[in-house]
Amino acid sequence: MLTETLPVANAPDALPATRPIELTINGKKRQFRLAPWTTLLDALREYANLTGTKKGCDHGQCGACTVLIDGKRVNACLTLAVMHEDHTITTIEGLADSATGQFHPLQQAFIDHDAFQCGYCTPGQICSAVGMLNEGKVENKADQIRELMSGNLCRCGAYPHIVDAIQEVMNKDR
Amino acid sequence: MNPFAYSRPASLADTVNELAGSSRSRIIAGGTNLIDLMKENVERPAQLIDINRLPFSTIDELPDGGLRLGALVTNADTAYHPLVEQRYPLLSQTILAGASPQLRNMATNGGNLFQRTRCYYFYDTSMPCNKRAATNNGPGGCAAYGGYNRIHAILGTTDDTNGQSSCVATYPSDMAVALTALDAVVQVTGPNGDRSIPMADFHRLPGAEPWRDNTTQPGEVVTAIDLPTRGFPDHYTYIKVRDRSSYAFALVSVAVGLEMDGDVVRDARIALGGVAHKPWRKSEAEQLLIGKTLSPETIRPVADALLAGARGYGHNDFKIELAHRAIIRAVLKSGLDNGAVE
Ligand SMILES: Cc1cc2nc3c(=O)[nH]c(=O)nc-3n(C[C@H](O)[C@H](O)[C@H](O)COP(=O)(O)OP(=O)(O)OC[C@H]3O[C@@H](n4cnc5c(N)ncnc54)[C@H](O)[C@@H]3O)c2cc1C
Ligand code: SF4
Ligand code: FES
Ligand code: FES
Repeated sequence: MLTETLPVANAPDALPATRPIELTINGKKRQFRLAPWTTLLDALREYANLTGTKKGCDHGQCGACTVLIDGKRVNACLTLAVMHEDHTITTIEGLADSATGQFHPLQQAFIDHDAFQCGYCTPGQICSAVGMLNEGKVENKADQIRELMSGNLCRCGAYPHIVDAIQEVMNKDR
Repeated sequence: MNPFAYSRPASLADTVNELAGSSRSRIIAGGTNLIDLMKENVERPAQLIDINRLPFSTIDELPDGGLRLGALVTNADTAYHPLVEQRYPLLSQTILAGASPQLRNMATNGGNLFQRTRCYYFYDTSMPCNKRAATNNGPGGCAAYGGYNRIHAILGTTDDTNGQSSCVATYPSDMAVALTALDAVVQVTGPNGDRSIPMADFHRLPGAEPWRDNTTQPGEVVTAIDLPTRGFPDHYTYIKVRDRSSYAFALVSVAVGLEMDGDVVRDARIALGGVAHKPWRKSEAEQLLIGKTLSPETIRPVADALLAGARGYGHNDFKIELAHRAIIRAVLKSGLDNGAVE
């Protein structure tokens, strides 16, 4: 019989095992078993069942997935859960006062100012605004707020009310 | 994303070993470029080496009066560092013109240097691309050469009439444009020890090897970026022309630093972004400004010299005139009022 030499057909390499990962989310330590390629966004939504954080683009282009890591705003879609075992993660679910249930002032201001239509971008907008105020680089001026909130797109175009809501919180803080 | 092993080496030496051990190992720092490319299957590493716990996250003064920016310091912390704001406001403003606050909070100085082109064909593994094909990932050729090339390069390209060996991609970083104008030096450690690479030699033109973005060797890790003493804090400008006023890559950008003696230019640095495979600088062009007073007439020959040999590929022809005007405006602005970003 004639044999023909063909290139070796390789099955994909076996997947590396999942690993135990501990994340501190909204003040609570939580254990997971996750593959290293799980993004922080997927860990929050699919494994921690915290679906407040939204997936818009999954590529760092919209800001819907904004969460706070050690108080700094970041895009959860472009970082891996396994990289944040020694950090504190805050999502939209963790902003309200856990004892009284009272909304964070920015959450209340977004409601009062009708700063959304469909609401899909809102958790990201609010977390981003919290991060922006933590950074302390923004003055209470609409153009500066717009620039420093430019990492959050709103498909519904609620921008004017979003800026109003943020300015109200900044006015109260003074 | 493809499956990969994940490691967190405890030392730089371990990192270099792991990195040099396999051509399919990649460092992960902020992750904002690498994870994006992995989601698109452009990058398919077998191993990710997380360097975030290595000790490169400080900004320190150098004995000669310069400043050392750790490779792991975030773009945000660099831009807002008091010494950077004071001595190198050009760098600070340039970084803040890039990406978004969220991305700048994660993006590191080291990762920014290695960010890859935003050429849309490079991102699409079904399209011919010489930059990507070298890693066995999709067909060779250059889809941008005869395709939709509005964001592509006008200087230093590799082109041939059928696009077979072309690459007309740009390197998209803002930060690197300021670093080039400031004559920064990149500190690297690899299997053969340490070396220093001046910014002008760090990135490269595509030449016959468009898959090589820069001159680092396999296994080399960037540990820091050093800024020399002269920061041009009195006369500087970064102008970034883009499709929307924030959160967009540059079509053309210009970083300028001037030293003035009254109305007369004593020293000039001009670097362009968005026009080539590396930040574009020409000392012959800068020399033309020395001893001149600033006016559109004195700056025009400088812009001509910087853009000598520029050519468009159809959709990006507009960049030549745009760059010309942006250079004149940026230089004028630097000299007249201590220009801030537009
Ligand atoms: C939507 C969007 C918009 C953006 N807009 C802009 C913009 O307008 N202007 C701009 O300049 N940038 C922009 N960026 C790009 C951003 O600045 C880069 O993604 C970022 O700087 C990369 O840094 P990182 O630390 O996240 O890198 P990573 O993604 O972690 O790494 C990138 C590459 O660098 C390598 N690497 C990282 N650190 C080292 C090191 N120390 N030594 C050796 N190799 C290393 C990695 O192996 C990888 O190949 C944008 C990004 C996104 C997603
Ligand atoms: S310009 Fe370069 S990166 Fe873009 S398709 Fe051509 S070879 Fe690929
Ligand atoms: S989902 Fe992360 S930025 Fe869009
Ligand atoms: S409220 Fe609908 S996207 Fe912002």
